[in-house]
Amino acid sequence: MKQKKIDFDYKYGFAVKNKNVYVAEKGLDEYKIREISSLKNEPKWMLEKRLKAYSYFLQKPMPTWGADLSKIDFDQITYFIRSTEKQVQNWEDLPVEIRETYDRIGVPEAEKKFLAGVSAQYESEVVYERVQETLEKQGVIFCDMDTAVKKYPHIVREYFGTLIPASDNKFAALNTSVWSGGSFVYVPKGVKTTLPLQAYFRMNAQAFGQFERTLIIADEDSYVHYIEGCTAPIYTTDSLHAAVVEIFVKQGARVRYTTVQNWSKNVYNLVTKRAKAEKNAVMEWVDCNLGSQITMKYPAVYLTGEGARGEVLSIALAGNGQVQDAGAKMIHFAPKTTSRVVSKSISKEGGRTSYRGLVQVMPGAVDSSVYVSCDALLLDENSRSDTYPTMRIKNNQTNIQHEATVEKIGEEKLLYLMSRGLSKADAETAFVNGFIEPIVKEIPLEYSIELNRLIRLEMEGSVG
Amino acid sequence: MLQIRNLSVRAGETSILTSISIEFEKNKTYAIMGPNGSGKSTLVQTVLGNPAYELKRGSVLFLGKTKLNKLTPDKRAHKGIGVTFQAPIALQGISVFQLLRLALPKMDALTLYERIEEVALELGIKKELLQRPLNDGASGGERKKLEVLQMALLDPSVIFFDEIDTGVDVDSLKMIFTFLKKFQKGRTYVFVTHYSRIFEYIQPNKVIVMKHGSIAKTGSAQLVHEIEQDGYESL
Repeated sequence: MKQKKIDFDYKYGFAVKNKNVYVAEKGLDEYKIREISSLKNEPKWMLEKRLKAYSYFLQKPMPTWGADLSKIDFDQITYFIRSTEKQVQNWEDLPVEIRETYDRIGVPEAEKKFLAGVSAQYESEVVYERVQETLEKQGVIFCDMDTAVKKYPHIVREYFGTLIPASDNKFAALNTSVWSGGSFVYVPKGVKTTLPLQAYFRMNAQAFGQFERTLIIADEDSYVHYIEGCTAPIYTTDSLHAAVVEIFVKQGARVRYTTVQNWSKNVYNLVTKRAKAEKNAVMEWVDCNLGSQITMKYPAVYLTGEGARGEVLSIALAGNGQVQDAGAKMIHFAPKTTSRVVSKSISKEGGRTSYRGLVQVMPGAVDSSVYVSCDALLLDENSRSDTYPTMRIKNNQTNIQHEATVEKIGEEKLLYLMSRGLSKADAETAFVNGFIEPIVKEIPLEYSIELNRLIRLEMEGSVG
Repeated sequence: MLQIRNLSVRAGETSILTSISIEFEKNKTYAIMGPNGSGKSTLVQTVLGNPAYELKRGSVLFLGKTKLNKLTPDKRAHKGIGVTFQAPIALQGISVFQLLRLALPKMDALTLYERIEEVALELGIKKELLQRPLNDGASGGERKKLEVLQMALLDPSVIFFDEIDTGVDVDSLKMIFTFLKKFQKGRTYVFVTHYSRIFEYIQPNKVIVMKHGSIAKTGSAQLVHEIEQDGYESL
C-alpha cells in the first residue's frame, strides 16, 4: 500500500541507498566553507569569493516580501556531500547505486536520443558528464562548474558573480559561499549548437541542500539551448535548493534556457536566475515549475544593448500546501529593446500561485516595447492566485501591454468532458494541458510529454 | 434498452421531476416534448448523471439490469449513454480531435482523424473548426453539428438530443438529419424539443409530453401534429 502511494504521489519518489564518501556535518560556518573549498582543491580566489559571500549571507535579512520562509533552519541543512571520489567519463565507471538512480530517471535513454551532452548531478557534485564530440569539434565548452574553475579559470573569474553578485540577496550569497556542481557553458563566436545541452540533476539525501551554480556565456552571433530537468525523491525533513544561474548573451547571440522542475513537496526552491542581453541579442527563459513546497523564482533579463529582446515563458502548478511564487524581471537599459512575459499558473486543492513581476524601462530606453500577460487557472474554490505586477516606465516612448486573466474550470466544463467518457482526472488534465499549451509547445517534445504525464499524476492525486 | 422508473428529481430544495417512467427501446426514435420549464432538460441531465440534480426516488436502468443511479457521467458514457447539449460550451485549448482522442484512447490516432474528417464532410463542418479549440468561434449551428460528430465517433447506443434544432438553419438541419437517419442502425434516439419542426425530418415512434415535471401525455407521432395545432395548453 505504501509503495502504491509513493508511485502515485511522486513518480520519482524512490531513494537508492547511497554510499557517500564524504558528508559534511549539518549547519554552516567559515570552517566548513574552507573545508568545501579545500576538498575541491580550489584556487584561492574562489575560496575568497566564498568567504566574502558568507559574510553577506550572515548580514542579509531573510526576504519577507514573498512566501513564508521562516521555517527554513539553516543549521539543519547539509551543505556538502561528495558522492564519489572522482569524476568519471564512462557510464560503466559509475557506482551501481548511482547508475540505478539514473536508469530510473532515464539518463541513458536521453543520451541514446543523440542529445548533445549530459551533465548529470548526483547529490552535490557532478559525477557523470560527457560532452559529445560534435560539441567539442565546434569548440563549445560544456562541463561542470567545478571543472571549469580549474580548467578555464580566466573565463570563470571574468564572469562569475558579476551579474548576480553575492550581495544580491541572501540566497545568492548562500549559493556563492557553498556552491557545488552546476554547469559551465561557453559557445564561441558564430557557433550555433544544433542540439540542446541537457543537465539532469537530482538530490538524493535527507535535509540536504543543493546549491548548484551555472554560468553560460554565448559569444557573438552564437546560439545555444540549455535544458535543465530536475526531479527529487521524497524527504521527511525540509530540504533547500538555492541555485544561481548567470547567462551572458553577447551581441547578436541567442540563448534559450528551459527548465522543467518537479521538486518533491518539501523542497524550498529559491533560485536566482539572471541574463544580460547585449545588442540585438535574444534571451529566452522557459520555466516550468511543478512540485516543491515553496518556489520563489523570477528569471531576469537585463536588456543592455540596443535591439535586445528578452522573454520569460513560465508555468507554475501549486497543489495542496504548496506556494509557487514565480514571475519575471525585465530591465530595459537600451533603446529599441523588447520584453515579453507570459505566465500561466494553475492552483488546485488550496494551492497558491502568484505572479510577481518587475518591468523597468530606463529613461534612455526609448522606443522599447513591453508585453506582460498572466493567466491563472483555478481548479477549485479553495485555491488562490494573486498578481503583483510592477511597472516602472521612465520614458514616454515605450509601448506597454499588460493582460491578466483568471479562469475557473467549473462544473459545467467538467460535466461536458465527462459526458464524453473522460474521467474527472482526465478532464482536468485536458483543461490544464489546453491552458498551458502555448508554452508547452515551446519546449522539446520529450520534456512536454514528461510534463503532461506529471500533470496527469497531479490531477489523479486531486481526485483521490 | 433504457428504463426510467418512477423517477423523482430535485435541484437543491426545488422538486423538478415527479414520478417519471419511460421505457426506451432499441432502434426506436422518441420525442420528448413540452413547454419551457417542463423538466425536459432536467430529465436529460439526470440520465447523464449531472451532480447538480439529486435523485430522490426511482432509478435509471440500462439494458434492464445495470442501475446507473450512482454512476458518474463518464461511467454512464462508457455504458453507452450519449447526450448532445442544448448550449454546447466552448473549450479553451482542446480541439474536437484532442477531446475524442482522450475519449477513445484505443483508437489509432490516424484512423480517428480520418473518421472525424469523413463525418465532418457529411455534416458540412468546415475543416478549420476541427483544428480550433472546440466551439471556439463556432456558430450555434456549427456547435450542434460538432455535437453530432462527437456522437458519431463515440458510438453510444442511446442518444439524447437536447434541443438539437435551436440556432440551426434549415440547410444545416437537413444535413444533420440526413446523417442521423443513416447513422441510427439499431440505436435509440431521444429528441428533446419544444418545437415540432424537427419531426418533419424524422418520424418518432413514440411521443412523450411533459408538463410541470410530470408526463402529461404519451402517444404516437400523431401527437406531434396535435401539439402543432393546439399547443401544450390543451393537453
